[in-house]
Amino acid sequence: MDFIRNFPMFSVVLSLFSGVLCTMLSGKKARIYTIIYECILLVMVAAVLRYTVVTGEAFTYVLGEFPAPWGNELRAGTLEASIAVLFIAVMLCAVLAGQHYVRKDIDESKVNIYYAILNLMTAALMAMTWTNDIFSGYVFLEILTLTSCGVLIVREIGRTTLAAVRYMILNLVGSGLFLLGVVLLYDITGNLLMVPMQREIAMLYQDPGARVVLIMATGILTIGLSIKSGLFPFHYWMPDTYGWATPTSGAVLSSLVSKCYIFLLIKIYWRVIGIDIFTDMPIRNVLFVLGLCGMVFGSVSAIRAENINRMVAFSSAAQIGYIYMGIGLGGTAGFTAAVFHIMAHAVTKSQLFLTTPRLAAVSGNSLRFKNLQGCALRDPNAGLFFLIPSLSMIGIPIFAGFSSKLFFALAAADRGGIKLILVMLALAASSLLNALYFIRTLIRIYTQSDSVKEKVRHHLDYNIPMAVLTLANLAMGLFSGVFAALIGQGFGMFY
Amino acid sequence: MENLIANSTEAVAVILFGIGFTMLLFHRNLFRKLIGLNVMDTGVFLFLASMGYIEGRKAPIIVNGVQSTEAYINPLPASLVLTGIVVSVSVTAIMLSLTVRLYMRYHTLNLDEIYRMADHLEDDR
Repeated sequence: MDFIRNFPMFSVVLSLFSGVLCTMLSGKKARIYTIIYECILLVMVAAVLRYTVVTGEAFTYVLGEFPAPWGNELRAGTLEASIAVLFIAVMLCAVLAGQHYVRKDIDESKVNIYYAILNLMTAALMAMTWTNDIFSGYVFLEILTLTSCGVLIVREIGRTTLAAVRYMILNLVGSGLFLLGVVLLYDITGNLLMVPMQREIAMLYQDPGARVVLIMATGILTIGLSIKSGLFPFHYWMPDTYGWATPTSGAVLSSLVSKCYIFLLIKIYWRVIGIDIFTDMPIRNVLFVLGLCGMVFGSVSAIRAENINRMVAFSSAAQIGYIYMGIGLGGTAGFTAAVFHIMAHAVTKSQLFLTTPRLAAVSGNSLRFKNLQGCALRDPNAGLFFLIPSLSMIGIPIFAGFSSKLFFALAAADRGGIKLILVMLALAASSLLNALYFIRTLIRIYTQSDSVKEKVRHHLDYNIPMAVLTLANLAMGLFSGVFAALIGQGFGMFY
Repeated sequence: MENLIANSTEAVAVILFGIGFTMLLFHRNLFRKLIGLNVMDTGVFLFLASMGYIEGRKAPIIVNGVQSTEAYINPLPASLVLTGIVVSVSVTAIMLSLTVRLYMRYHTLNLDEIYRMADHLEDDR
């Protein structure tokens, strides 16, 4: 067995260990330790990605060597590995670029706790990405819920506590439904590992009685995870949660945590339910319609926002709608577009959330639009790093956002019929609305105001991660074929 | 109807889940929401435990040398329930601490009132 095959397990264990270690270090040491360990983790998951691409097949790590129907497994294929690389890379960028605000927003005695929670969150993200066992998926999903509440309330203002309560209540409803779905599936299949479950489900689906239970269980699972990831109409917690958290948390919550739930859902559709059976189920069409609604209504709410963070957060709701629309289209093309959009959105949205506080810093610490007049001229770097992801969000060619819209359109063209028309209309409407609020914001931040120009300090720890995210954005825009081939290979391994 | 009587435990479990779910989602009092959360989780655990138990079989500990798998129940559902209880306890603990923090700040447990006060009190920059 190659040594690399241990890396998925190492990534989980190392993150858990780091979480415990950080509680014992001082704030500054915890920060430095977290950055170093995230770098090590990034090398590990990148090695796993390279290994799976070169060998062209997925491998499973069997915990304790108990064979298949029993025991617990991790599985690493190209898709899991690419998602893991994305998660760790964005997490590292968010930690680097947001450290200044962590010092400012969080009480000094609690900084190490903050990094400890972030590391536990990384453990949960890794475990949910690699897991091949649906109940481990549930356990780490709860850990992810708790840790995301933790990174939110660590900034002690009244707003975050209230946002956390609202976030937790909806998330607990989602987890409860997910658990019920898992229990129902376990009852009818008698397995918790994904491979034997899929075998049982393929047989059960032939029986009309069991089919009803199966569709019901899948539906409950889907509702649970879509509440947690913020699909329309469950998106109203987003602006408070993302907008009031410290920027690192906002970036991580919007671009990684909600994506991780969607990835788990995609994995369940492919590895547990089986993609042919899922395509046959009516759930797909419900997701498709809700996705379309999210695309439009999320953007409409974003237009009405008076605060730049709330606008960016509502635009997340629209982007989640895009992803669910891709899932609803179905087929490898639809799912590829959805996963590509997960990646594109993670890269762009984290950049936006990390940049808005810098724009606010030169505007009297205000995030309201009326105070932001001309802030990009006062801090040109932050302006540039707001401009690029905004253009990507609108869907200007050469940026990642354009490629993902193209993939959605192509996937819809594959499908044809009424869905093609609906997708085209929704894409057009949503792009138009996106353009409306992003260009309005850009004009505002780039037009001169009377206020005096202040000297802005340049932080390398902000500029470098932003440059990396920008390059990733451009790479996804220019070489989208490479990424699509990677994702396609990953889905090929899911069979 | 016969099915319902034969599976009465499961039916009760689903009803409990429904009660807890509605309370968690629609009740305005934070404390009652939390009780709803616990009722909901209990419903799932009852469902799992009753599905895992087979009448007449024993706990999977070998006594008197009986080794046939027919004599014992599967221990997995019970261990899942245990895991679930641990998760539920920790979630409840965190929610209680959040409730305490909110109460210290706003001196009420009614969510509607808290929202109204937050809109008044908090500066949203």
